[in-house]
Amino acid sequence: MTTTTDLLMVQQLHKAFDGYTAVHDVSFAIQPGQIKALIGPNGAGKTTILNMISGVLLPSSGEILLQGVPISGLPSHRIAARGIARTFQHVELFQNMSVVENVMIGRHLRSRGGLLAAAFPIGYVTTQERRVFTEAMNLLEMVQLADFAQYPAGELPFGRQRLLEIARALATEPRLLLLDEAASGLSSREKHELVALIFTIRQTGVTIFLVDHDMDLVMGISDEVVVLDHGEKIAEGIPAVVQNDEQVIAAYLGEELSDA
Amino acid sequence: MKRSFFTSTLFAAVVGITITAVLPCFVKNNYVLGLLAIVAINTIIAVGLNLVMGYAGQVSLGHAAFFGIGAYTSAILTTQLHCNPWLALLAGVAITGIVALTVGIPCLRLSGNYLAMATLGFGWIVYTVMVQWEQLTKGTSGISDIPKLTIGSFVFGNDISRFYLTWAVTIALLVLSANIVNSRMGRALRALHGSEAAAATLGIDVAWYKIQIFVLSAAYASIAGSLYAHTVNFISPSSYGFSFSVELVVMVVIGGMASVWGAPAGAATITLLAEWLSGMGEKISVLKDCEVIVNGLILILVMVFMPAGLVCGIRDLFRRAARKPMPAVAPPPTERGVLP
Repeated sequence: MTTTTDLLMVQQLHKAFDGYTAVHDVSFAIQPGQIKALIGPNGAGKTTILNMISGVLLPSSGEILLQGVPISGLPSHRIAARGIARTFQHVELFQNMSVVENVMIGRHLRSRGGLLAAAFPIGYVTTQERRVFTEAMNLLEMVQLADFAQYPAGELPFGRQRLLEIARALATEPRLLLLDEAASGLSSREKHELVALIFTIRQTGVTIFLVDHDMDLVMGISDEVVVLDHGEKIAEGIPAVVQNDEQVIAAYLGEELSDA
Repeated sequence: MKRSFFTSTLFAAVVGITITAVLPCFVKNNYVLGLLAIVAINTIIAVGLNLVMGYAGQVSLGHAAFFGIGAYTSAILTTQLHCNPWLALLAGVAITGIVALTVGIPCLRLSGNYLAMATLGFGWIVYTVMVQWEQLTKGTSGISDIPKLTIGSFVFGNDISRFYLTWAVTIALLVLSANIVNSRMGRALRALHGSEAAAATLGIDVAWYKIQIFVLSAAYASIAGSLYAHTVNFISPSSYGFSFSVELVVMVVIGGMASVWGAPAGAATITLLAEWLSGMGEKISVLKDCEVIVNGLILILVMVFMPAGLVCGIRDLFRRAARKPMPAVAPPPTERGVLP
């Protein structure tokens, strides 16, 4: 199933918190250029997996390989430098900064200069600042937020904040983009815009791994789906197959029954 | 980023230089000029501490100790080893930097406010060393006859030349700080203040940036300490205790956290207030040693009524008076409904 062409390979990933197992020996692979989804009922361990891939959480055991190189155990900023960017379920924008500055932060890895360059902004430093600003503005154009460049990020309507977070993640020029419940809290029109944006991003060569529990959205756009329930992988495959899987139906039905 | 000339670092620097250049024409009083030199020195520490508090989001309760290390390094090297004062200043920065690294690395690698606790303890240790290690520091009697700073054959001997010297260094360091804040590094610092998790996933090495800014901030305090030693020519441990560390925090809060140019305002307010109170204390005995109470009161009042600090608070009051309503933020018209 997993081959050497995999962009990301997750092997026997396990995470336990104080005796409670959140993720139980989950394995799957993401091919380059794919839109792959991770779905499952609430509390299935989706965000935990995303957190482990992006280095926010350390796995208890198991391996994560990016193009064959192990990345599990690396701190977040190293993983970002290897080409994985993400958004957060509860939008984590820099509220105290302007919209364009949020995206400029995303260019951190693609620019240079430490304390000395900061203290004496001459030569390449000034041209680089201008370049970073322009690049950030281009990304804002892409998510139609250029008009709001100078506003505090926290003042944007919620749906726009999600788009800004995606633009900020793209600014790092990732190979793999992780979207954590990017559609939650969006109106149906905003969801359509999000879907369009996801396809645009894929066209630029970025692989997308998204976590969501909106079945319809996920099934509509994903090439492949991994289904998680109570921390375990219960199905994986193309949407049409997964949708008709008995275990998947049972897991989602179970959730609806317990919600009722 | 596009910023208008009137909010630019250059403009602020020009204003600062002009005020500094012109002020002694009006203020002929040597006592006042000497006091203003102290304001300059405190401004240097405050702006450094501001970088840590306002940008890295960490509190240091030991900045008086870094100030002290700078002052004592300068004093000891120049009086006992007859070292050049400028070299002594650099040596102070180097020693303070190494000490700050040692204190900062374990605390700043963890998230949470461990720095405040560690620097609190560190401050007490440094103070105790100053008092107890009598062979080196002369204990509570302090070190006197510290040589004055010189450039070539020019000696910074009188109050007016010290006023110019201290403020020249202060303005230079303020400009450096403003540059840092507006740079790639400053942006990273503001980001990690906003959300450490998000900053890290964008490739920012959160701990390393915090450590760098903390060491830089300690170096500022050390420079201030050396300037103080060579300006006042006498130092004793009482200037470097816990109460001064707290005073410095109050200066930063009054000046406005994350506001480089608020530092002089905060430093001036607290320095002049302390001087006035000690003058009053000599006349009215009840007011003796009430400095701590007054500082505490100011801290509470500012936090309650002007959480952005005095400078930003007053500016916001004027802005509110000018009543320019913010344009409403509405989503842009997007008629391209894509996909069913």
